[in-house]
Amino acid sequence: MSDRFFVATRKGLFRFDRQGAGWAMTNRSFLGDPVYIVFPDKRTGLIYAAITHGHFGTKLHRSGDGGDTWEECGVPTYPELGPGDQEAVNPMSGKKVPWNLELIWSLEGGGVDEPDTLWCGTVPGGLFRSKDRGASWEMIESLWRNPERVRWFGGGLDYPGIHSICVDPRDSRRVLVGVSCGGVWVTQDGGATWKCKADGMRAAYMPPDQAGDPGIQDPHCMVQCPSAPDTMWVQHHNGVFRTVDGAASWQEITTVEPSVFGFAVAVHPDDPDVAWTIPAIKDEVRIPVEGKVVVARTRDGGQSFEVLRNGLPQSDAYDLTFRHALDVDESGERLAFGSTTGSLWTTDDGGDSWATVSVNLPPVYCVRFG
Amino acid sequence: MPTVFFTENLQRHVVCPPGRVTGGTVRDVFDAVFVDNERARGYVLDDRGGVRRHMAVFVDGEPIVDRVALSDRVGVDSEIFIMQALSGG
Repeated sequence: MSDRFFVATRKGLFRFDRQGAGWAMTNRSFLGDPVYIVFPDKRTGLIYAAITHGHFGTKLHRSGDGGDTWEECGVPTYPELGPGDQEAVNPMSGKKVPWNLELIWSLEGGGVDEPDTLWCGTVPGGLFRSKDRGASWEMIESLWRNPERVRWFGGGLDYPGIHSICVDPRDSRRVLVGVSCGGVWVTQDGGATWKCKADGMRAAYMPPDQAGDPGIQDPHCMVQCPSAPDTMWVQHHNGVFRTVDGAASWQEITTVEPSVFGFAVAVHPDDPDVAWTIPAIKDEVRIPVEGKVVVARTRDGGQSFEVLRNGLPQSDAYDLTFRHALDVDESGERLAFGSTTGSLWTTDDGGDSWATVSVNLPPVYCVRFG
Repeated sequence: MPTVFFTENLQRHVVCPPGRVTGGTVRDVFDAVFVDNERARGYVLDDRGGVRRHMAVFVDGEPIVDRVALSDRVGVDSEIFIMQALSGG
């Protein structure tokens, strides 16, 4: 099991290490600054942290000593708007989508055969790649300039964004990204060409005749089973979806209790049929059902779900878990998740029982073992 | 020569001593003062080279008008203050 995890929050980055039977906070970085993403890169041992300052823009830092010290590295930069470029307008707000980095919203490593490569998803709707461990970045312009990209729109944010990146462990050139709101996009050739692969997803927030349009779906979070990469899970705005054929088709999972709405999802690294979600009341309400924090777990590919609540608050708890704030380690038994109200829980038995690590953190954006 | 002063709050992230440089517009002055401090440029200006949304620039006590092209005129003895807005925290 992993004995270390990082928690990125509205007011800093915190490191927790296993000590005895519990967890201890062993490091505090960037106190006071909004850290949206932390990515412990198991290939290199480097830790990356993406900060979006209220005044000074988005910055990326990396650490070679587990977070004790940091150095600032490069950040993605959007290209110039050319005379032939079409500007996108968010149909929900009428606002033009800027060609300007607003937020680093996802950060993942390339394949094990390319240890220096990082992928970065941004708001608004950018995908970038670094081949030098974050020192410099190139935009994947084949996706940015795809005519379909101008149809993407923001969900909870004003502008669309790429929040999930899955690099196929069998082939590093095959990369899948989740877009809110723009569906799932797949490249088979390292980013040269892209196809939207969200057939089967359903968007109840659109007029009925557009509900099945793959290019306007709102996957909140997408994860891939490392040992069975053709199986992927998505926590979508309108429910939970699963593919077993590498995103060629998605099946809606309607059995999640107590609700199908949520943001986060995790899949067992060795068993594609085991997955966890953290349910909440749908759409704009976004609080736990009946004020009870629970985790939903399936062990049979979504045919049924158990509601896990042992050790979690079961009265007047209004914690919401954001899309990156749930993680599972390489054992599949140890999980951790944090909430908007600064609570943090862990389990060592796949969710059968939970332990409270903190109830006093800033709002939690991202939890990652590493 | 115009003098550029940076908010103290920025010093927490990147060292920005006051700079005396030549230039007739805010753009000229910024290009000159950031030439040896590219990191600081990214903290004040966005991808398009405009002033970040929650940053403020004053020339001789007046907020600049052109936050995109930075075409506001600068005098030979002007003082330029780069501040952070109260919003954005």
